[in-house]
Amino acid sequence: MVERIGAVSQDEPAAGAAERDERPPFMQRLLDNPFLLLFIGVTVPTVLYLIWGILEIAQIPLSPS
Amino acid sequence: MATIAIPGQIGEAAEERFRTCPDTGLHVHAKAETLIRVNLITAVTFLGIGGLLGLLVALTRWQAVHLLPAEMFYMVLTAHGAAVLLFWIMFFEVALFYFTSAVVLRSRLATPNIAWLAYALMLIGALTATVAVLQGRSSVMFTSYVPLQAEPHFYIGLILFAVGMLITCFIFLGTLVIAKDEGTYEGSVPLATFGGLTGVIIMIFTLASGAIILIPTLLWSVGIIGHIDPLTYKLVWWGMGHSSQQVNVTMHVVVWYTIAALLLGARPLSEKVSRSAFLLYILFLQLASAHHLLVEPGISSTWKIFNTSYAMYLAVLGSMIHGMSVPGAIEAAQRRLGHTKGIFGWLREAPWGNPAFAALMLSLVMFGFLGGISGVILGTEQINILMHNTLYVPGHFHATVVSGTTLAFMGVTYLLIPIFFRRDIVFPKIAQWQPYVFAIGTAGIALFMMGAGTLGVSRRHWDITFTDALITFDYPATAFFMLGLNGLSAIIATVGGAMYVIVVVASIVWGKRRTEEDAKTNPIAPGAAVLAQYGGEDTFKLPGTIVLVSVFFIAFALYYFINWRFLAGIWPMS
Repeated sequence: MVERIGAVSQDEPAAGAAERDERPPFMQRLLDNPFLLLFIGVTVPTVLYLIWGILEIAQIPLSPS
Repeated sequence: MATIAIPGQIGEAAEERFRTCPDTGLHVHAKAETLIRVNLITAVTFLGIGGLLGLLVALTRWQAVHLLPAEMFYMVLTAHGAAVLLFWIMFFEVALFYFTSAVVLRSRLATPNIAWLAYALMLIGALTATVAVLQGRSSVMFTSYVPLQAEPHFYIGLILFAVGMLITCFIFLGTLVIAKDEGTYEGSVPLATFGGLTGVIIMIFTLASGAIILIPTLLWSVGIIGHIDPLTYKLVWWGMGHSSQQVNVTMHVVVWYTIAALLLGARPLSEKVSRSAFLLYILFLQLASAHHLLVEPGISSTWKIFNTSYAMYLAVLGSMIHGMSVPGAIEAAQRRLGHTKGIFGWLREAPWGNPAFAALMLSLVMFGFLGGISGVILGTEQINILMHNTLYVPGHFHATVVSGTTLAFMGVTYLLIPIFFRRDIVFPKIAQWQPYVFAIGTAGIALFMMGAGTLGVSRRHWDITFTDALITFDYPATAFFMLGLNGLSAIIATVGGAMYVIVVVASIVWGKRRTEEDAKTNPIAPGAAVLAQYGGEDTFKLPGTIVLVSVFFIAFALYYFINWRFLAGIWPMS
C-alpha cells in the first residue's frame, strides 16, 4: 500500500506523527546535504556560464575562406 | 597526546591519535595537524617569493625607475601571478579546508596518506610551473591566453597542481562523511565548516573548468592539437581563473567569522542567514567570470548581462550579507562583553593591538570599499567599457585578493601558529604593526592602479611611454604620477609582507613552546568554544553596524553613479 506523504494512519503512534511533523524545512535539508549542494554548485555555472557561452560561440558564422 | 579507537574499525588502523588543544578546546587529529602545518609553511614560502617578484613588477611600472627590461618584466609578472595568486593562496586554503573540516568537526581526516599524495602533486606541480616560467620561454602571464604558447611543462605543472587540489576537495567531503558517521557533531555543521564546504564546491567547478581548457592546451603545446579557438579558450579559462578568486573570497569570509569567534566568542548574527548567503555564493559567484568577456564580440548581451548584472548581483548580495553579519557579530559580542558605551564604544574598545583582529577589520573594510564596489563596476556591461583591460582590473583584484584575502590569511596565521605549532608569536610589536603596514601598502597599490586604469593605462604594457613604437600615445602626467605612487605603495606593502614572513618563520622556529599553563594565563583564543557550535547571536540591536553599513551603501551608490556620469561624458547623447 502506498501511503501519502504527510498522511497519518489511524493506528500510527502519536509520537511518530509528531516526529514526521517536525521534519526540518526544505532549506535546512538542502543546506545540510553537502552532495546536493555540490551538484547544484557545479551544474548551475556549468549550464549558465560554460554551456550557454560555448553555444553562443558555436553560433558565430565562419568567415568565407 | 591521546589515542582513541575509531568506532566500527578493528586493529591498529582503528587507532588514531588526537590531542585536545588547550587554547581552543578543539579535538585535533594528529595527522591533520601535520598536514596543516606543512601546507601553511609551503604557502608562506610562496608568498615570500611571489611578493618580492611583485615588487619588481611595480618598480618597472614606475616609469622613473623602470627596473626590468621587457622580456624579464613579462617573465617576472608571470611568476608573480602564479606564486601568489595560485600557490600561496591555494596551499593556505588546503590548510583551511583541513582546519574547517577535521579540526572544527573534531573528526579524523579522511585518507591522510592520500592527502600527502595531494600535497606532493601540488608541490611538484607548483615547482614545475615555476621552473618553466623562470626558464624564460613561458612568459604567458597568469591568463596564458592562446595563441601565446608556453612550454609543455608549464601546463603539466598547472595540471598536477590542480589534480592535487581536487584530491584535497574530495578529502574535505570524505571528512564530512566520516564526521557524520562517527557522530562527532549533531545537527547541522558549524558555519566555518559550511563556509569551507562552499569553498570546496566552487573549487571543484574551478578545477573542472581548468581541466577542460588546460588539457587541450597542453596537447596543443606539444603539437597534437593544431588550433585552439581563442574566444572559447578565454571563456573556459575564466571559468577557472575567476572562480578560483571566488574561492578566495569565500575562504576569507570564513576567516573573518573564525577570527571573530576565536577572539571574541562572536557568533554570526543569524546562522541561517549567513548559510543562505553562502548558498548564494554556491549558486551564483562563479558566474562573475563573465565580466572578463564583456567586450568580446560574438557573445550576446543576454549572456553577458544575465551572468553579470543579474546573477552576479545575487552573489554580491551574499557578500553584503556577510559584510553586515561580521561587524554585526563583533558588535553583538563586544556589547555582550560589556563594551556598551555609545554607538561606537564597542569598536573603540575592540582589540586593535591584536594583529589577528586588526587584519580582520582592515581586510573587511578594504575588501568591501575597494574590492567589492570596484567589482560591481567591472561587472556592469555598460560602465565596464570605461576600464576594461586597463590597470583598473589589477587594481580591483589587488583590493580583493591582497587587501582582502591575503590580509585575512595573514591575520588568522597569528592564531594558527599557537594552535597548531604550539608556539608563541615572537616579535609581538612587529606582529602588531604588520597588518597596518601591509594594509596601507596594498590600499595604495589598489587605489593607484585603479586610478591609472581610469586614465586608460593598459593593464599589461611594459612601457607606457611607448618608446620606439610606430604608433605612440601620450598618457596624461597624472597617470605617470599614479604609477610612481603605486611603486611607493608596493615598497610599503613589501615591508609589511616581509614583517609577516619574518614573524611567521621566527615564531615557528624560535617561538616559546606554549604549555597548558600559558593557555590559562595568556589565552590566545578565549572565544573558541563557539567556533565548533551551530547558532547565531539572533539580535539586530546593532546601531554601530547599521551606521557603518549605511556609510558603505552611500559610498557604493555614489561611486556607481559617478561611473555612469563618466560614461555619459564619453558618449554625449544629444
